[in-house]
Order: sequence, then structure tokens, then C-alpha cells
Amino acid sequence: MQVEMTVNGQSMSADVEPRTLLVHYIRDDLGLTGTNVGCDTSSCGACTIHINGESAKSCTMLAAQARGTDVTTIEGMADNGTLHPMQQAFMECHGLQCGYCTPGMVMAATSLLKENPNPTEAEVREGLEGNLCRCTGYHNIVKSVLSAAGNSTNGGSQ
Amino acid sequence: MIPAPVDYVEAESADAAIAALTQHGDEAKLLAGGHSLIPLMKFRLATPTVLVDIGRLGDLSYINDGGDHIAIGALTTHRALETSALLQADAPIMAHVASQVGDPSVRHRGTLGGSLAHGDPASDLPAALLASGGSVVAKGPNGERVIPASELFTGFLETALAADELMTEVRIPKATGAGWSYQKFNRRAQDWAIVGAAAVASGNGDGTRVALVNMGPTPMLSSAVGSALSGGASAADAAALAAEGTSPPEDLNGDAEYRSHLARVLVKRALDEAGS
Ligand SMILES: Cc1cc2nc3c(=O)[nH]c(=O)nc-3n(C[C@H](O)[C@H](O)[C@H](O)COP(=O)(O)OP(=O)(O)OC[C@H]3O[C@@H](n4cnc5c(N)ncnc54)[C@H](O)[C@@H]3O)c2cc1C
Ligand code: FES
Ligand code: FES
Repeated sequence: MQVEMTVNGQSMSADVEPRTLLVHYIRDDLGLTGTNVGCDTSSCGACTIHINGESAKSCTMLAAQARGTDVTTIEGMADNGTLHPMQQAFMECHGLQCGYCTPGMVMAATSLLKENPNPTEAEVREGLEGNLCRCTGYHNIVKSVLSAAGNSTNGGSQ
Repeated sequence: MIPAPVDYVEAESADAAIAALTQHGDEAKLLAGGHSLIPLMKFRLATPTVLVDIGRLGDLSYINDGGDHIAIGALTTHRALETSALLQADAPIMAHVASQVGDPSVRHRGTLGGSLAHGDPASDLPAALLASGGSVVAKGPNGERVIPASELFTGFLETALAADELMTEVRIPKATGAGWSYQKFNRRAQDWAIVGAAAVASGNGDGTRVALVNMGPTPMLSSAVGSALSGGASAADAAALAAEGTSPPEDLNGDAEYRSHLARVLVKRALDEAGS
């Protein structure tokens, strides 16, 4: 079947099998391998992307379900080589160790700040409940998100 | 894990979805958010041959004031329930319970209709529907019918919906100002309930309805607790009966006895919080 969607601002069209998972379409057909597969059972959040600006787990969606939507992956976050403030904050606050969970964390965290621009630490922890870090660097991940919130809300709580 | 090969039809309307279900019979499955069905298809525990995608039927996503009840479109996401000012005011248990489902990414995609039609005894929203005394509207080739929550869940992952019926709307009686509580017991934030208890003290003299999560093959009302309360029992005495008439599952999280204990403790907490 033919599916059309916008990925990182570009219109894409592809002939896929209806059973194709969105994450496989993104990685294997589009070659955007920043989106990782961790658990493959919707638990870890490594595959988190945005559908129309809201976080979603791309291992638990068919490519067909994204037809007509606006998809953003980690590759679409930086602007012409300038890191997104969330990426910058992860770098500055040491929010990553091995980096495997990081694309998903950044996508979940930016979706969270869109809904709650000035979260408390507890709200950040709860907002990221669907994203697991095997390196267990949660402390610095939370710090990164709070720091990004400060940057993007003109003097937020941090 | 990759689902088995399947055909895919995108329904442009509720009627088109019903026509596709009628045409393909038992082979077809509706696809809403896919957050129950796709995991099952990846494990090949479900192998429908045709998916009828209703996920983008925007006109089935709404939360409206229906007079004595709140009318919720079946395709409304958990996120929309959680953030609805109307629900927070008039059926607060629905908004709160939606906020307890999975994690934010799951709540962006999963729908109320999908959660109720899936009928998983471990899921949260069926218990909220039962405790609220709500109902669902099912639409099929011969028109619409209303199914009360107490008749919706018929067996493990089975509901009273026929294979060619689409759930279009969920109706929650207004419980403005009434006491309510949802007690979800799990070990990690995003997990399913090991046991849960929902209570709504109805304002109109109907007494308090208590529903249990993961205490048997279906989401269920606790009739033992309900009748003890209407007979004048104290919250403590009624809660002591919470495991009566249940058949809790046994798994790594706990055996039947542990779940029975949890049910009594959680129902007591729920009744106390709901002010019964
Ligand atoms: C990681 C993860 C964690 C989760 N945690 C929880 C949790 O803690 N608590 C909880 O309650 N749930 C949890 N869920 C399940 C979640 O709530 C699902 O969204 C919900 O169960 C199904 O909704 P859906 O729209 O995704 O339905 P789908 O998966 O699309 O459909 C489910 C079933 O319902 C049928 N169906 C769907 N819509 C209709 C309709 N309108 N009419 C008739 N039949 C229909 C489908 O044919 C299918 O059989 C979790 C899911 C995931 C992936
Ligand atoms: S790979 Fe999708 S949630 Fe883990
Ligand atoms: S940084 Fe290694 S998994 Fe999170």
C-alpha cells in the first residue's frame, strides 16, 4: 500500500506492506537510524518520535497509521546544525552515558515541555515514566529537562 | 517482532467501518489507537486478516455535555480525557483514571473505546465505567443500541459487542460533587494494576458502586461490597467482603490470596476516600 506522511518537514511517499511498523519504515526505508528499538514491546521508549507534535512509541504503530501526519524524529530536532535546546541541555548536563535511550528521552521530554512548559522535578520524572535508561542516568536526564525548561520559558524554575 | 501479513482498509466514516466489518466478518478487526491490538499482533496472539482503521475518524473524538450525562466519542484519547475540564468537573473519576493509564506516549494514542472494547480485566478505564454506572453505544448494520456497563464485559477479552458492531459513544452519568476514588496498586509507575479498585458514591441515593481491576476474567462490579453498603454496613465491614465472588489470576506479581488481600485493602481505601 502507498503511505504518505511528512517526516522532519519533508513529504515522503512509500509503498509498504500494511503490517510494516512505523519504526521499521523510519529506520529501514528512510534510513533514519537515530530512532532506536529497545524492548520492541512498548515499554522502554527508545523508539519515541512525535506524531503531530505529540510523543508516540513507533514500535507500537503501523506506518499506515501515520498516513497524513507530521512525523518528527531525533534527526529533525537540530536546526541547520544548531542543536535543539533539549539536545544542548542533555549535552551540558551530562544527560547521556551510552546514549541508547537518548533519542527517545529527547523526544519524550520535548513533548512533555510542550504540554507543561515549566514542570517540577516530580512532573519531569512522571512525564518520563515511559522511557527507560539502562545506564540509569535518570538524575542527569531530569536535570537536563529542567535546564531546558528554564531556557525555553524565559527564566523558569531552574 | 513483526505482525503476520494483513490487509488494511482505512474507514472514512463509522458507517464505512461497519460495512467493512460486515463484508469481512470474523476475519476483520477494528484498529483504533492500536495500543492493545498491535502488541497482540506482534506476538501473533491476534492474526486478523483485515484491519479496519478507524483511528482518524475525528468526528468520533469529542467530550460533550449530554444533560444528565457526559457523552464521550469512542475515539477520544486517554490524553484528551485526562485534560478535559468538563470531565474533571462532572465525571472526575474518568479524567483521573485516564491519567493513570500507561505513560504519556501511550495516552497520546490509546482510546477510550479501544480500552473498553478490548475488555482486559487488568485495564483501568473499564473499572471507572462500571463504578460510574455508565453505558456504551454500539452501532451495527441494523442501527444503534445502548449497552449498560454491567452487561458489557462477558468473558476474558470478550464483550457484548457483536463482530459487526462499532462502539461509537460512551456515556457517563454526571457525578458532580459526588465522592469517588481510584486505587491502583502496581510496583512501577507505568505498569498495569496488580489489583485496582474504583468507587463512585452516586448522588441520587443509588448507593456506592465499587468495581475491581484484575480480580477475575473480566472487569467486574463487586456486588458483595455494593449490597453490604446498601444494607447499611460500615466501610470496613463492606470492604472485608471485597474478594467474594472473584477469581483472581495468579502470576509473578502475586497469587490469588495476595490479590484477595489487596482487594480488601484497596476497597477500604477507596470507600474511605469516596466518603462512603
Ligand atoms: C506500554 C503500554 C502500557 C499500557 N498500560 C495500560 C495501563 O496501565 N492501564 C490500562 O488500562 N491500559 C494500558 N494500556 C492499554 C491502553 O490503554 C490501550 O490504549 C487500550 O487498551 C486500547 O485502546 P486502543 O485505542 O489502542 O485500541 P486498539 O488496540 O486499536 O483496539 C483494541 C481492541 O478494541 C477493538 N476496538 C477498538 N476501538 C473500537 C470501537 N470503537 N468499537 C469496537 N471495537 C473497538 C479493536 O478491534 C481491538 O480488538 C497500555 C498499553 C501499552 C502499549
Ligand atoms: S522499542 Fe518501542 S517502546 Fe521499547
Ligand atoms: S544513556 Fe545508556 S541507556 Fe540511557
